[in-house]
Amino acid sequence: MNHNYQKDISGCGLTGLISRKRRRISGSEIVKSLCLMTDRGNGLGAGYAAYGIYPEFKDFYAFHIMYDEPSVKRSVEEYLKANYHIEKIEEIPTRAVKAIPISPMLVRYFVSPLKEKLSGDQQETDFVVNTVMKVNSEIDGAYIFSSGKNMGAFKGVGNPSEIAEFFRIDEYEGYIWTAHTRFPTNTPGWWGGAHPFTLLDWSIVHNGEISSYGINKRYLEMYGYKLTLLTDTEVAAYLLDLLIRRHGLSIPVACLALASPFWKNIDQRDAGEKEVLTALRQTYGSALLNGPFSILFGHSNGLVGINDRIKLRPLVAAVKDDVTYMASEESAIRAICPQPEKVWAPRAGEPVIVNLED
Amino acid sequence: MFKSLAPPEYLATIDREKCIRCKRCIQNCGWGVYSWGGDKILIDTFKCVKCLRCYHYCPEEAIEIKDNPTKFKQNAYWSFNNIRNIKKQAETGGIPLTGMGSDMPYPILFDNLLIDACQVTNPSIDPVREPMELRTYLGKKPSNIKVEKTKDGKLKLSEPMPPQIKLDLPIIFSPMSYGSISLNAQKVLATAAKASGIVMNTGEGGLHEDLFPYKGNIIVQVASGRFGVNPEYLNAGVAVEIKIGQGAKPGIGGHLPGEKIPLEVARTRMIPVGTDAISPAPQHDIYSIEDLRQLIYAIKETTNYKPVSVKIAAVHNVAAIASGVVRAGADIVYIDGFRGGTGAAPSIIRDHLGIPIEHALAAVDDRLRQEGIRNEASIIAAGGIRSSADVAKAIALGADAVGIGTAALITMGCTTCGKCYTGNCSWGITTQRPELTARLDPEVYAERLTNLIRAWSHELKEILGALGINSIESLRGNRERLRGVGLDSFTLDILGVKPAGR
Ligand code: SF4
Ligand code: SF4
Repeated sequence: MNHNYQKDISGCGLTGLISRKRRRISGSEIVKSLCLMTDRGNGLGAGYAAYGIYPEFKDFYAFHIMYDEPSVKRSVEEYLKANYHIEKIEEIPTRAVKAIPISPMLVRYFVSPLKEKLSGDQQETDFVVNTVMKVNSEIDGAYIFSSGKNMGAFKGVGNPSEIAEFFRIDEYEGYIWTAHTRFPTNTPGWWGGAHPFTLLDWSIVHNGEISSYGINKRYLEMYGYKLTLLTDTEVAAYLLDLLIRRHGLSIPVACLALASPFWKNIDQRDAGEKEVLTALRQTYGSALLNGPFSILFGHSNGLVGINDRIKLRPLVAAVKDDVTYMASEESAIRAICPQPEKVWAPRAGEPVIVNLED
Repeated sequence: MFKSLAPPEYLATIDREKCIRCKRCIQNCGWGVYSWGGDKILIDTFKCVKCLRCYHYCPEEAIEIKDNPTKFKQNAYWSFNNIRNIKKQAETGGIPLTGMGSDMPYPILFDNLLIDACQVTNPSIDPVREPMELRTYLGKKPSNIKVEKTKDGKLKLSEPMPPQIKLDLPIIFSPMSYGSISLNAQKVLATAAKASGIVMNTGEGGLHEDLFPYKGNIIVQVASGRFGVNPEYLNAGVAVEIKIGQGAKPGIGGHLPGEKIPLEVARTRMIPVGTDAISPAPQHDIYSIEDLRQLIYAIKETTNYKPVSVKIAAVHNVAAIASGVVRAGADIVYIDGFRGGTGAAPSIIRDHLGIPIEHALAAVDDRLRQEGIRNEASIIAAGGIRSSADVAKAIALGADAVGIGTAALITMGCTTCGKCYTGNCSWGITTQRPELTARLDPEVYAERLTNLIRAWSHELKEILGALGINSIESLRGNRERLRGVGLDSFTLDILGVKPAGR
């Protein structure tokens, strides 16, 4: 367990939307929303995540990988070939953007694990997570920044409009979008450090600083997670993975662990609920995300927005027709939805959970 | 009889002009320093231990207790204590005893650790305006829980949690037995524990019936002497502790001389009056980790599965030992550092065996995490906790709670004179002499101890607020919020803490 790391700190703006009816919405909408919040970023990182963008490959894990140089690409591809069926390899399409003179090599792979490589009763998802952990922590110069099905993350160093232009975000259509602009306060410059942060089909954008980072990190390490990015966002993503995918908690219950109610409120609940909430805090105290944050996390069935326990970071939500919007600022929502039916500021620690209809 | 060549450490002096011959000093000194000479107070300064009782109770401020300026010739290698102990041993052939924790100038790691605070990028939180949570639960936690939904949409726990001890803040009172301390001192601990929402620990001396009303705030201890142990005793408190070792005297047992065993102590310990109460060095039914496991489960069977704590001294291999203890089924591991207090220990043992709690705690927390069993047991760190800052630092290093003993005694008047083993404590704490114990009013001193705990809880909340977190569990094991100053890289590595500036 290495303790001698330098943690990454940044402020930021975020926005997201979801069509409950799985209507695929153009990426240009979310770009417009994000670009409004110029003073929440400083041009040192932006990114987008979208769900429903690869319908023709929806049964394959879409690995988006960035490489610093071709030799690394060769060794990663060797590893992938040995362990996965690879349906398709292609460069992630980009446009030349003046402000982005250099970028890593960006390649995407549609893959599925080879059955014979799964040990015993190992889940496919565990196998994929292991691959992501292995490549990201062990192979210098290679980084898997997206690994879910029918979804993808696109991110890099630049401001929101430049990154959108570069990755041709306007050409994708998805039923869930999240986006993020970043204000890093220490050494920037690594593409992998931008948001969204993803693992399998979880994607996270996050604004804030998690003051409990140190224990969240050590807690996750006990369960085999390797924290390579040293960002708060990474911690949030892995905690969701642990609580929801591995421990089988429902999303609302997981939210109760990550931003748990105060004891004084728990003590007032009826006996059964009090027992659950007490047990959650006793068991998952080290998973409590403490400090200012607002988070949007997307997954294959929906979008969730959540604030810290005393709401030290902004989060606004709005609804119009089949679409729910959530963003750091109301103006970012109104930029693409001038007349929402309902606008509200979710209360501290109370998640906004929106699920896709079947 | 020849006069001792070990010079007195202190000079008790009386300003004869101020002295009104009220004789209060004679009455107050437990060590018999003063006596009445017919027209003035006589002083036998060889007996003075600088407990300062006489100083506080002299109505005329006539008393001064000075460090003896006549020392052996200054010598950076042969300290005063070295020479003095040799002289004493030459005279007696015995083992010099001592009380309290070691006062030797070993490095104090707590004083080389600094706590973080928020600026700009994360806001600090005002504990006066916002809730600040210190509540702590001790006991085994599952790695995950299962939650169901009932028919009416409410959440329900699928399997019950293992039993937990609820603390309003992460502090407990360390074990101090009736016998080593007075019943009144134990009453102070019990009353303050109840008022503060925490627990005290009986130590190895049984449970006196006067403490029965405080059962909800008591951990009962089982140690090598098995004093006062029967099924009723085991079931009396909220948990049972098996004492393997003590930080001040790791690897050695205890010896309460017959003079400290009057009727009440004897009854509570279930031994004859006036016999020496000997706690052997090991527990003679625990010669291995398997034996410990048997005792843990025997106690669990007897108590319908109350939490079992195992107290060990911080020794070199503490991480592996703690891991074994957890695997043997302990719900709590209590680690006692070498600075931990004692009622009586050979000075040579107290001052030279064991390791500091800071190293031990960090190593144990790391090891339990590496082995994936940190949730299986809570860690209590003890042995030299002096302030709420030490509490915060210990929690950040990985403790669930800390144990305080000496700090609690100081609220009762103790001045850490270190002469507890004599049974003469002028403050009525570590004595069974009725004229001395009577002066420790449980009600008065319970209020002082409760004040201390309240003060520390306020300070802890201020620290959490400055850290920008509103719950103690976000500090627990959060070494990212500690920095080391003036520590070498090995030590930093063991503590898992970065140097200041990183
Ligand atoms: S009361 Fe304490 S300080 Fe005073 S003379 Fe006696 S031992 Fe010394
Ligand atoms: S308890 Fe009494 S004898 Fe022991 S150190 Fe404190 S004042 Fe001295």
